[in-house]
Amino acid sequence: MSYNVNEKGYYGEFGGAFIPEMLFPNVEELRQNYIEIMSDSSFQEEFQQLLKDYVGRPTPLYFANRLSEKYGTKIYLKREDLNHTGAHKVNNTIGQILMAQRLGKSRIIAETGAGQHGVATATVCALMGIECIVYMGEIDIARQAPNVARMKMLGATVVPAVSGSKTLKDATNEAIRDWINNPEDTHYIIGSVVGPHPYPDMVARFQSIVSEEIIAQLEEKENISKPDYVVACVGGGSNAAGSYYHFLEDESVGLIAVEAAGKGIHSGESAATSALGKTGIIHGSKTLLMQTSDGQITEPYSISAGLDYPGVGPMHAHLYASGRAEFISVTDEEAMNAGLELCKLEGIIPAIETAHAFAIFESRKFTKDDVVVVNLSGRGDKDLETYIKFFNL
Amino acid sequence: MNRINETIRKDHKLLSIYFTAGYPNLEDTAEIIQQLQDNGVDMVEIGLPFSDPLADGPTIQESSTQALKNGMTTTVLFDQLKGIRKSVDIPLIIMGYFNPMLQYGVEEFCSKCQSVGIDGLIIPDLPVDVYHEHYQDIFEKYGLKNIFLITPQTSAHRIGYIDSVSDAFIYMVSSASTTGAKTGFGDVQMRYFERISNMELKNPQIVGFGISNHETFNHATRFSKGAIIGSAFIKFLKSHELSEIGDFIGSIRKG
Repeated sequence: MSYNVNEKGYYGEFGGAFIPEMLFPNVEELRQNYIEIMSDSSFQEEFQQLLKDYVGRPTPLYFANRLSEKYGTKIYLKREDLNHTGAHKVNNTIGQILMAQRLGKSRIIAETGAGQHGVATATVCALMGIECIVYMGEIDIARQAPNVARMKMLGATVVPAVSGSKTLKDATNEAIRDWINNPEDTHYIIGSVVGPHPYPDMVARFQSIVSEEIIAQLEEKENISKPDYVVACVGGGSNAAGSYYHFLEDESVGLIAVEAAGKGIHSGESAATSALGKTGIIHGSKTLLMQTSDGQITEPYSISAGLDYPGVGPMHAHLYASGRAEFISVTDEEAMNAGLELCKLEGIIPAIETAHAFAIFESRKFTKDDVVVVNLSGRGDKDLETYIKFFNL
Repeated sequence: MNRINETIRKDHKLLSIYFTAGYPNLEDTAEIIQQLQDNGVDMVEIGLPFSDPLADGPTIQESSTQALKNGMTTTVLFDQLKGIRKSVDIPLIIMGYFNPMLQYGVEEFCSKCQSVGIDGLIIPDLPVDVYHEHYQDIFEKYGLKNIFLITPQTSAHRIGYIDSVSDAFIYMVSSASTTGAKTGFGDVQMRYFERISNMELKNPQIVGFGISNHETFNHATRFSKGAIIGSAFIKFLKSHELSEIGDFIGSIRKG
């Protein structure tokens, strides 16, 4: 069985491009060109150069000594939090802005939930001098004020999404509607491995720099070519896709996906898509999503705005359905405690999304020789207010 | 013969009206369809509301949200349509997004459509190739015509493909937009309508998006078989009684 995308844009039964005809020319143009553009040596040269000089790659693979000691296993942290703009998101936006330039696009749109992808998009648009419009749910705008300010400082226009539940799902709808209304000059930079084919594959490829570096770094540090496990949190799933990418077909590497259970899987306030979702269509992709029995998409909940998405990328739906990856869900409280523990043991304040990945160590046990790589996907500066409130700091 | 195929053979320019089932009130569906037929509308598109209507602008989004709040579901809609064919004989088309149909079960959905007297479906997010490969046989088994959209950006080659898979009419989206976003047609649109007309496709074209009054209806139908009005009708329903529907239809036909 393959865990990568097939030539029709599917991961197993998931994926495809379920899009209105109005989007077809744009998505088709991208589908026909993305592999060729990405394989071009001048593209790769510019991409790698920017990742090195502008983003600050390679990010360290850090052996977490005290955390390893506490949990009796060897834990390495892939420090995506040290990227420019504070998360893995920028790997993808750098790639996509170069893609947009080569497709001759002069206007960029994006959706954002917590604002991390919006900031990463506004950043690369400033870098290239391209107009940038970011759609963000009205509710998220109110609760993520610092990131809204960052985007504005970077020259982006932030447009509130006022439809539906006014969060990430609706911001994505609005971005898609914008693309329908601007079919010729605009590129849509999707922030995760979601949306119609070829987006999940393209975003995964841009993020695959993460697993590529892990391989080289493990060789250097442990004299091994692969870890026993890779652990990542999953909202839409881009940091997980990037850290799994080169290990997808090697089943000796365990893949662990950590979802947000919110206040508990069956509390009615959760974002644990694998546990609560059924196959359906969201944002142009056939995947697992949270919905009513009548097929209406429901609103997820998580304390972390970045995991607050009712679906999951089609790659992850396939990894779940096939049993290739182990899915674990973690509550708000477990994640917050794990985040604080990482601060105390390693001196690293993680994003709350990322903190979910660390919460598995309380219950998921590893042997002392296991090499476990956790993708530390983002830093927690943006989440201070939530941390302050939660712990009464 | 399917009612849509019969209707498109008529001499006059066709007026098709879209409304969202369950809006303004849950139980309005049958009454709206009856009023539309009684006032000379040629065809009706019944919108099955969806939580995330990607191709729709604010007016249809809001009507969908309200309809869902009112309690509209796929099951409720089929119940409301049960007796509709006793008094309505114009073509009825369900327009909706694919996910609710997928959850209902595509074959079960099609079978129900046939049993209540639905003639065709418009599913904006079910692409023609996926339909052709996986669902065409099922739709045909239950006598349903699937209607595809084309836009000013659709290539001639793809229009040819869509024409070959279609057997009713082609839904010609007037300009690159979501529903209700633009109104009025300029030279660019008129040239596009004419270009498509000159392709001499086997399926007639009916124009949708951007038609709101007598003038835009006339422009839209100069090179096409008919036109579809959606957002403008939803806006009318927002501030009028169902008994006034005749006024709206009259204003489109006569100006």
